[in-house]
Amino acid sequence: MSARVGLVLVFAGLAACGAPAASNADRVGVGRAPTAAELAVLDRDVGPDGTSLPLGSGTVAEGAVIFAAKCASCHGARGEGVPGTPYAQLIAPRIAGDSFPFGTDPSRPKTVGTYWPHATTLFDYIRRAMPFPAPGSLTDAENYAVTAWILAENGVFPRDGTLDAARLRTLKLPSAGRFVTDDRAGGPTIR
Amino acid sequence: MTRLSRRALLGGAAGLAGGALLRGLVPEVEAQAPTAPLQPPIDPTKAPGAPTTAVGARAPGEVALRAPTGEQAGNSLTPLHRLTGTITPADLHFERHHAGVPAITRAQHTLTIHGLVDRPLVLSVDDLARFPATTRTYFIECSGNGRAAFRKPTAAMTAQQIAGLTANSEWTGVTVRDLLAEVGVRRGASWALAEGGDACLLARSIPLAKLRDDAMIVWAQNGEALRPEQGYPLRLLLPGWEGNANVKWLRRLELGGEPWMTRWETAKYTDPLKNGTARIFSFEMDAKSIITAPTAPTVLPARGSWPITGLAWSGRGRITRVEVSTDGGTRWQEARVDGASNPKAHVRFTLPWRWTGGEALLMSRATDETGYTQPSKRVLVDVRGAGTDYHFNPIIAWHVASSGEISFAGDA
Repeated sequence: MSARVGLVLVFAGLAACGAPAASNADRVGVGRAPTAAELAVLDRDVGPDGTSLPLGSGTVAEGAVIFAAKCASCHGARGEGVPGTPYAQLIAPRIAGDSFPFGTDPSRPKTVGTYWPHATTLFDYIRRAMPFPAPGSLTDAENYAVTAWILAENGVFPRDGTLDAARLRTLKLPSAGRFVTDDRAGGPTIR
Repeated sequence: MTRLSRRALLGGAAGLAGGALLRGLVPEVEAQAPTAPLQPPIDPTKAPGAPTTAVGARAPGEVALRAPTGEQAGNSLTPLHRLTGTITPADLHFERHHAGVPAITRAQHTLTIHGLVDRPLVLSVDDLARFPATTRTYFIECSGNGRAAFRKPTAAMTAQQIAGLTANSEWTGVTVRDLLAEVGVRRGASWALAEGGDACLLARSIPLAKLRDDAMIVWAQNGEALRPEQGYPLRLLLPGWEGNANVKWLRRLELGGEPWMTRWETAKYTDPLKNGTARIFSFEMDAKSIITAPTAPTVLPARGSWPITGLAWSGRGRITRVEVSTDGGTRWQEARVDGASNPKAHVRFTLPWRWTGGEALLMSRATDETGYTQPSKRVLVDVRGAGTDYHFNPIIAWHVASSGEISFAGDA
């Protein structure tokens, strides 16, 4: 996580102190505790620290086969997307010097190689939402493989690479340091 | 063409309508059974009316519809130009889905609160109803509202097409503050992941400070259960914050020490700036307004009184002033504002206006209690760059031609 985003966290953390603790008598007292098995099913999110990434691995080559079979029908054989539809362009060349021209050029595709700050987000999103007709249906190994192929096609992962938890959590993306705290705060100044 | 439909056309619509309308009527008329009698106008004072019904319907001829329809990973917009007052009918509240509307029953749905809490809880909807309920009026606005008018403006655009990704409702539910007291927040918690139970498990990281401030988990909208497309049976409501973070079909809140950086808070819903950075976690919706009448597709049929009215709102609090210009921004007059006591809610503004038959350029601009005034597009683009279009709230202009035709004149 970038230092700039870290500022957001410090700010938000200030509000965490001084939580009023409800005594037993104050509590409404409804509901029940979740079981470990229930939480294992529900809690499958992957944050940028990657600590909750599953076991398993996948290669770029394996990912190419899976993408062709399960993703290309919407996203295009090369991940080029379909303009004017929700089928986003997934793949684009790296921008020269890894510059970040999106504030002035709305035509630039915001891919994991050019725009996204964290590679873990790609794994998390595929696991939640893809493939669109059968969300969450990929095995962990298939997800590692497809993630690896998309990263490789975007030029931020070696084409002969194998992706697993350790590799994904340490992978740095070109735009990781581009994201800043929202400085809009009302008042007369337009930001 | 049957004899009946020919008679219907000649005797009825044909005398009033031009060729295009007449062609449009043909299929509907021909669809009638040949034996159906023509209904003469009925004097409602000379015969008893219709009996009671289980659910009311809109009056015949009242046309207020969301559009477009059929979008599984897209949106439908609220017909702002067909509505008055400040409350949006629940069935006309705009939609934005990322994987369609899930079919969820009240009995099967639960909310799990876990992570950095002392007492993790699974709560049914019935359980939540045992907490003291709160009822408040708030708007919701998609942070992409206004993008289409910015990127692909056309003169025929209506207020619905320009700014229909906002709606205003009375919401009933429990404060998240009360729920956090129930589960006990552990030291180190500063964010929560809010996750929906739809087919993309839409998830956003929300600062704990907002959850302790005015956030709610709601189960009712305008006095009835949430509509499925609005998150039935439970929705996170973050007053004044971009619509996407108001997670629908809420099934889980996990407290943690840092944000999760989901796709919807990194790849999407971030605001690139001209200096080579992008704002992240840009939640608040800045003050905005739009004139809703008279606007396209209205054609003013006569000179004289045509009150100018519209909606204004701010994600940062109360609207304190709405100004209207009829000359393209040279001169501004303060409009009357109804409903201004509600922070983070739509208010209705009205200014008397007499159309004298000449050209006019109608605009509105809102000011909120922080002293922020809705800017022009030129100012916004100058400050941020032309590449960013979330949180896009420029002054919107309507051109009135001497023919009475009204058209979208772009973001001023």
